[in-house]
Amino acid sequence: MDIIAEIEAEHAKKLLGTRKVPVFGPGDTVVVNVKVKEGERTRVQAYEGVCIARDGGGLNESFTVRKISYGEGVERVFPIYSPMIDSIKIVRRGKVRRAKLYYLRDRRGKSARIAEKAETAEAKATRVAAKASAKAAKAQAKASEAAPAAE
Amino acid sequence: MRSGVIAQKLGMSRVFTDTGEHVPVTVLKLGDCQVIAHRTSEKNGYTALQLGIGRAKVKNVSKAERGRFAVAKVEPKLKLAEFRVPDDGLIPVGAEITADHFVVGQFVDVTGTSIGKGFAGGIKRWGFGGLRATHGVSISHRSIGSTGQRQDPGKTFKNRKMPGHLGSERVTTLNLRVVQTDVERGLILVEGAVPGAAGGWIYVRDAIKKALPKDAPMPGKFRLPTASETAAAETPAPATQG
Repeated sequence: MDIIAEIEAEHAKKLLGTRKVPVFGPGDTVVVNVKVKEGERTRVQAYEGVCIARDGGGLNESFTVRKISYGEGVERVFPIYSPMIDSIKIVRRGKVRRAKLYYLRDRRGKSARIAEKAETAEAKATRVAAKASAKAAKAQAKASEAAPAAE
Repeated sequence: MRSGVIAQKLGMSRVFTDTGEHVPVTVLKLGDCQVIAHRTSEKNGYTALQLGIGRAKVKNVSKAERGRFAVAKVEPKLKLAEFRVPDDGLIPVGAEITADHFVVGQFVDVTGTSIGKGFAGGIKRWGFGGLRATHGVSISHRSIGSTGQRQDPGKTFKNRKMPGHLGSERVTTLNLRVVQTDVERGLILVEGAVPGAAGGWIYVRDAIKKALPKDAPMPGKFRLPTASETAAAETPAPATQG
């Protein structure tokens, strides 16, 4: 690993601290709890909307959240590792076929809806893993069956 | 004025501060930046430190140069440079300057060779406005326009800004803030961009137009080679002589 990647990984780890970044992507509805500074004290403000894009990689990764606020479309871009983010929560998984949902900017109301995904990413991961292990077990059984036949 | 150092530009990154601001930084690697020789007022008429960085292959170093490295008991270096210092600012030969030579928060001037742009037109090279897009202008939208007056003076003055070679020249950027230093890995992170491509050699010195912080080490922060290291450096030396 080159030195820049190394120091960026270290910095990212330090920035996150105990905070965890959930697995989410475009189409998911998320609540981003943002730290807001008012004079001396800071408080946490929630920003809820649809994640319409993820950009960049590593320390430079960011995501865009779009919502309709008082009839006006609002988009905010958050760096994943920004210290101003208190936490990120997923409200709902969306089923989309694009990595960038910029087409939502031209839509309003009913046509701007996103269908809910039946299966979460983690659930899919466990299902795929289970399938793979089952396949491996089956192949093994077949191999042991074939071996005596060859003799 | 303290000695500067030679460093290698690794590339750019970013650092988030606790207040949530992000600072673009350039990562400079100090590596094995060692003192090779002294220039003294008695012998040379001026006082300076000669520093070297990088590891040169012995086969690519001339015999005469090898002799100079052997005198200093250091490994052959890729890049050498001199930095003027006051008479009491000399650092012993063989000492390796460490990254904490610079204090976090202080300002530095960095010198590098800018990226070569080749033959560039007046717009890119000098910021000319070019000609109009329409109103009868054809083909020459990016031309430089007039270069002089009429029969009197009847010539184009010298130093007229014209198209030509741009880049790969020595550029010094003043007053970049040191954001972070890493002694173990020999890294200096300075705020903002540094001239030159990644992998290029960079000279870093204390800013001449800003006051040096009081806690800056004098004459510098360095590490003297341990006995085993000098022995290791000495052993290959006789082999190179043969």
